[in-house]
Amino acid sequence: MNTSVPAKAVITMHDRTVEQRIHDFYEVDGGFTPEEAIAEAQRCLQCKKPLCVKGCPVSIDIPAFIREVASGDFKKAAAIIKEQNMLPAICGRVCPQEVQCEGECLLGLKEKPISIGELERFVADTERTQGMVLPEKKASTGRRVAVVGAGPAGLTASAELARMGYHVTLFESLHAAGGVLMYGIPAFRLPKEIVKAEIDAVLSLGVELKLNHLVGRSVTVKELLNYDAVFLGTGAGLPYFMGLPGENLPGVYSANEFLTRVNLMHADSFPVYDTPVKKGSCVVVAGGGNVAMDAARVARRLGGKVTLVYRRREEDLPAREAESLRAKEEGIEFVMCANPVKILGDQGITGVECVRMEMCDPDQSGRPEPAPIQGSHFTIDADVFIAAIGQGPNPLLISEIPELKRGKRGNVIVDDEFRTSMPRVFAGGDVATGAATVILAMGAAKSAALAIDKMLREE
Amino acid sequence: MYTIKKAGQLADKVYQMWVLAPHVARHAQAGQFVIFRIDEKGERIPLTISAVDGDSIRVIFMTIGKTTTHLAALQAGDHILDVAGPLGKPSETHTFGTCVLVGGGVGTASLPIIARALKASGNRVIGIVGARNAGLLILEDEMSKACDELLISTDDGTKGFHGFAADLLKQVMARERVDAVWIIGPAMMMKVTCEVTRPAGIKTFVSLNPVMVDGTGMCGSCRVIVDGETKFACVDGPEFDAHKVDFNLLMGRLRTYQPEEKESLERYNEHICSCKSGDHHA
Repeated sequence: MNTSVPAKAVITMHDRTVEQRIHDFYEVDGGFTPEEAIAEAQRCLQCKKPLCVKGCPVSIDIPAFIREVASGDFKKAAAIIKEQNMLPAICGRVCPQEVQCEGECLLGLKEKPISIGELERFVADTERTQGMVLPEKKASTGRRVAVVGAGPAGLTASAELARMGYHVTLFESLHAAGGVLMYGIPAFRLPKEIVKAEIDAVLSLGVELKLNHLVGRSVTVKELLNYDAVFLGTGAGLPYFMGLPGENLPGVYSANEFLTRVNLMHADSFPVYDTPVKKGSCVVVAGGGNVAMDAARVARRLGGKVTLVYRRREEDLPAREAESLRAKEEGIEFVMCANPVKILGDQGITGVECVRMEMCDPDQSGRPEPAPIQGSHFTIDADVFIAAIGQGPNPLLISEIPELKRGKRGNVIVDDEFRTSMPRVFAGGDVATGAATVILAMGAAKSAALAIDKMLREE
Repeated sequence: MYTIKKAGQLADKVYQMWVLAPHVARHAQAGQFVIFRIDEKGERIPLTISAVDGDSIRVIFMTIGKTTTHLAALQAGDHILDVAGPLGKPSETHTFGTCVLVGGGVGTASLPIIARALKASGNRVIGIVGARNAGLLILEDEMSKACDELLISTDDGTKGFHGFAADLLKQVMARERVDAVWIIGPAMMMKVTCEVTRPAGIKTFVSLNPVMVDGTGMCGSCRVIVDGETKFACVDGPEFDAHKVDFNLLMGRLRTYQPEEKESLERYNEHICSCKSGDHHA
C-alpha cells in the first residue's frame, strides 16, 4: 500500500467536458498538441543528476527524451523511451507519475512539475500514428523461455527476452492479450486500440502468443518446465468479496466481473455484443482504489446514479487523486468513513446497509484504523452492488506447483533477482507483490528478464 | 480459430459438435469443461467436454438462448473463434466400488467420459439416463457401452421406466450396495435427486453450471455456496459434494440474466428471419 502523500493532482485542460464524456467510453483526456508538447518539454531543467529517472520503475532516460521533444524530434524521443519501455502509450496514461517521475521533478518544488506522463503519451501516440519503429534485437540464442500471463508483467518480460535473442512463448488464458489493460482498465482511461497496437509491437519482436491456453490446465507444469526458463506473470486476478449477508444475490459483482463484462466483453453494447451486464439505476461501489474509481465511472456511463462507499477518509483514498477528482466531477457521490455491512433484497438487490466508521489509532499501514460506530447504520438504495476491495494472486497455477514457496496472501515469494523457490522459475508483478500498479509489474518483469538472461548466459 | 469437424442434432433441441482443439484435447479429463466464444461479438459460455478423440473434443448442448441457438446453426467446416480449456477440476474417478451415474436431459452428455474413467479405475458402473420423453434421450448406445448396466427412464413412459431417474436410483440402491453417485442435469433435477442418496450418506457428486465469464477464477460470476463457503465453480468445481450445495442460490443466480437472454434470442431470431426473407438486401 502506498502511503506517501500524492502531489497535488493536476487535471489537464484537455479533459472532455463531463456532459460529453459520461455518455460514452471515449478517452477523457485529449492529450497535448505538438505545440503544447514542445512548450512543456522546453520547461525541463535538464538536470545533470535527474531525479525523475530515479522515480521511474523502468528507468526511462526522461531528460533525453524530453530534450528531443523540445527540439521537435518526436521520432528520436520515441526511440529513447522504447529502449526502456515497450508500452509507452499505456504507461503515459496509467502510471501514477505524481508519485514517481513527476513526484521527483525539481520544478514541482516551486511550480508545476513537468507533465512527463503526458509527454510520454504524446510521443508514443505520435509515433503510433506515423509508423512504429521497433527497437534493436539481438541474434537468436537458440534458447526458449515460457512466459505465463500476457498482462503488463508478461508482455514486458516477453519484449525484453525477445530483444535479448530468446525464443519466447507467451501463454494467455483469455482470448485477448493485455491482462488488466484489457479487462480491467476502462477504455475512457486507456483506449483498447492503443493497448492492441503496443501489444502488436511486442509480438512483432518475434514473441509467440498462445491465447486460450490456461497454464496448469492446457499446458501442464511439467511441460512448462521443459523450457530453459519460465517467467510467471499471472497477476492478481482473484477478486476478494466482503463476506456480507446477501453478497451472492444477483446484481452483486466483483469489480473484476463488472469491468470484464464491459471492458473485455463490451456489455455496454449489449445486445449488439452478446454479454449482458446489470446496468443498475442505483449503483453502490465499495472501495477506494483505482479499481473502485474505474468501476464507479463505468457504472456512471451505463446510466446509473453511483455512490462510492469507502471506509476511511477522502484523504486516505488509495486511488490516484486525478481519477477520484474526475469521478467526482462525473457526479459520483462519495460517502466516506462508511462500510457496507449487508446487501438487502430477496430475488435481487434493493439496498445496501452501511455503518459509519470513525478513525482510531494508526494501524500497520500508518493510517488511522477505521472502526464502526455503534448504532450508526443507514441504508443506500441500490439495485447493483460492486465490491472493489482488492484482488489476490491468481491461485490456480501456483497451487498446481506445490514446490513454489508462497506468502501468507498466496503471493509467490521471490528473491532480489525475481527467482522463485523453484530452479529456472522466475516471477514478477502482482503475483509476487499482491495487487499494485502496471508500471511496478513492468519494472519487476524487466529485472526478471535480465536475471533470466544472466542465468542462461552463465550456463 | 477452431474448426468444427462434425456437427449434428441428437434429439429435440439437443446438438453435438466435434471441434479441433489440440490444446484442450491433449490433457482433457472427465468432468472438465471448455469456454467457447463463437465470434468477435460472442459471449463466453462454458460447455462440458463430453468426449475426446485425437485432437478433437465433443460438446453437447441444448438450444436455450442466443449463443446455443447460433452454435446449433454452425456446421462442419465452420469455426469457433475461441476455445479455452480444459478448465475446472477433473472428476474424482478413483476406485469406489459400485458407482451410479445419473443423467437428466442434456446433462447426460457429461456421463460417458466419467463412466469410462471410472471403469478404467476398476469400478462397476451403472448408468441411469432420464428424460422427459423418448425423443429427448441421448447417448443411449454410448452409455450402454461405457457402463456395466444402463437403465432408462422417461417422465411420460415413452421409453424404459415410466417415472423419474431418481426412482430408478432408489431401485438400484434397494437391490445393491452403491459407493458413489454422480447426478448431472438441470439444477432442479440435481437438487431433488441428490435427496435420494442423502439419508444413506452415499458420496454424491453434482456438476454445477452457473453463469461464467472468464472460467479461470478471475471474476466470481460462478460463485456458489458449498458447505457454507463461497466457491468458484470454474476453478473449485464444477463438481461438488451434492449434499453440501446450496441449490436455491444456484437457481436464483442462474435467473440473473433471464430478461437479457430473452431479448438477445428474440433479436437473433428476428435477424435470422430477415436474412431468410432477404430483407437485409433491401
